[in-house]
Amino acid sequence: MIHALLEYDFMRFSFLSGLIVGLIAPLIGTFIVIRRLSLIADALSHVTLGGITFGVYISSVMGTTINPLITGIMFSVAGALGIERLRTVYKHYQELAIPIIMSLGIALSVLFLSLADGFNQDLFGYLFGSISAVSISDLILIAVIGIVVLLFIYLFYKEMLLVSFDEEYANVMNISRWIHFMFIIVVALVISASMRIVGILLVSALMTLPVAAAMRVTSSFRQLMIVSVILGEAAVIAGLFLSFYLNISPGGTIVLVSILILLVTILLDRIGVSKNDTATGSV
Amino acid sequence: MEHPIFEIKNLSYTYKDKMETTPALRDINLKIDKGDFVALVGPNGSGKTTLIKLILGVIKPQNGEILINGKSLKNFDAWQEVGYVSQKSNSFSKGFPATVREVVLSGLTKEKGLLRRFGKKDRKKLDDVLELLNISGLKEKNISLLSGGQTQRVFIARALISDPSILVLDEPTVGIDARHVKEFYDVLLRLKEKSVTILLVTHDIGVVVDHADEVACLNEHLHFHGTNQEFKNLGEAELSKIYGFPLQLVSHDHERECCS
Repeated sequence: MIHALLEYDFMRFSFLSGLIVGLIAPLIGTFIVIRRLSLIADALSHVTLGGITFGVYISSVMGTTINPLITGIMFSVAGALGIERLRTVYKHYQELAIPIIMSLGIALSVLFLSLADGFNQDLFGYLFGSISAVSISDLILIAVIGIVVLLFIYLFYKEMLLVSFDEEYANVMNISRWIHFMFIIVVALVISASMRIVGILLVSALMTLPVAAAMRVTSSFRQLMIVSVILGEAAVIAGLFLSFYLNISPGGTIVLVSILILLVTILLDRIGVSKNDTATGSV
Repeated sequence: MEHPIFEIKNLSYTYKDKMETTPALRDINLKIDKGDFVALVGPNGSGKTTLIKLILGVIKPQNGEILINGKSLKNFDAWQEVGYVSQKSNSFSKGFPATVREVVLSGLTKEKGLLRRFGKKDRKKLDDVLELLNISGLKEKNISLLSGGQTQRVFIARALISDPSILVLDEPTVGIDARHVKEFYDVLLRLKEKSVTILLVTHDIGVVVDHADEVACLNEHLHFHGTNQEFKNLGEAELSKIYGFPLQLVSHDHERECCS
């Protein structure tokens, strides 16, 4: 694969995109998991699929090429705003927003797929990830999203930690409403960035599995973020290698490696690497 | 002339649903001066938590006005001066992957403001507040591994780290054993000596009347507001009327208990 990396542009683009996604997906995933919002990633990924199928349909109708990643991002952000709006409509049943937006995403996908005369190879890549489909424009877009996500976490880390830990207290401190809004937009962007590599149907796995694994062996939030990113990157690199040599979609291999890592951490936790032993967080 | 810390004027609040309206507070007038330790008592559903939410700006008054330091709540933005311990605080910690250090430092979020990160001074404040509450040894512990009493002190530390002049506590001793309750009141008395204004919502009226300067008794209306001695002198009939069921205060040694 090293040879292929040096030889082929598409391999370099995939590998670099994978590294960026392996960093930002678990990073934002830590906040999603601790806020118990894991299913939001699934809902938004299905809305993104709706946007992608819309892009494919519009391209076929207009005879021009519109990057479906762009329409995917637009739908994903709109879906994120929709979830936020619905959470305020159903104050006591906020989780209802997720299945509503998710079914809308699936319905739109089916609609535009049918209009665009069904499945094609491109869509298969979006669904399950593709090692060969990452173009230079995709890589640039993913890199820009990566910078936005890193900036967001660097600048608003303490606000995000407070909102995630205790939303009521954050409300009293008058900082929760706008930060939640920004957070969900960033989640939408990460989903759009990740789908080229792991695919829409598996994108939420890359945001949650490394975090679930890291939770077994860490005690501070900072440790959780660092270990999640290390495990996410390990899963992406190993998954891309396996995908290349076995000639299968990278989404499946990355997620399977993530599950393997999760099982190992559960085992390690069971045999005694307890949270207390690793309590060395710093600020 | 110095303004009262809190001045509540003709405050009313009603919860409205599609089907019905439930009045929570009616025509409340209350003044709390700087350095006072006021206990807010009343039966379940009497509007205590609603009043706290209104004071903290979480919900907006429908009628009446709330002034903090002479400023209307609408124009008040110095929330770092207000420490708050919620009645739900203990439940938030279950399984949360954060250390005591991270949780307590989060109390400085508002004071630091946007884009600024915690530094050396903040770490000094952290050490000081942990020492005040006698939990320095727990600094690197995961919050979910603490006992109820320890967790409660962590949340008080979070409320105190910004050195607030006002401390609002909503039933902070629920589920805490007698020894830790005593330690909790010792901490409040130390804060009172530093002129911190304390508003404590509690059901524990037997214990609180021995510690608070003033007691405010709420049940939709403000039925009573006076010194703890005046509260102790209330007759059984008056207390029972406020609570809506037969009630008496029983004294033994230095403790007083509430019985129904």
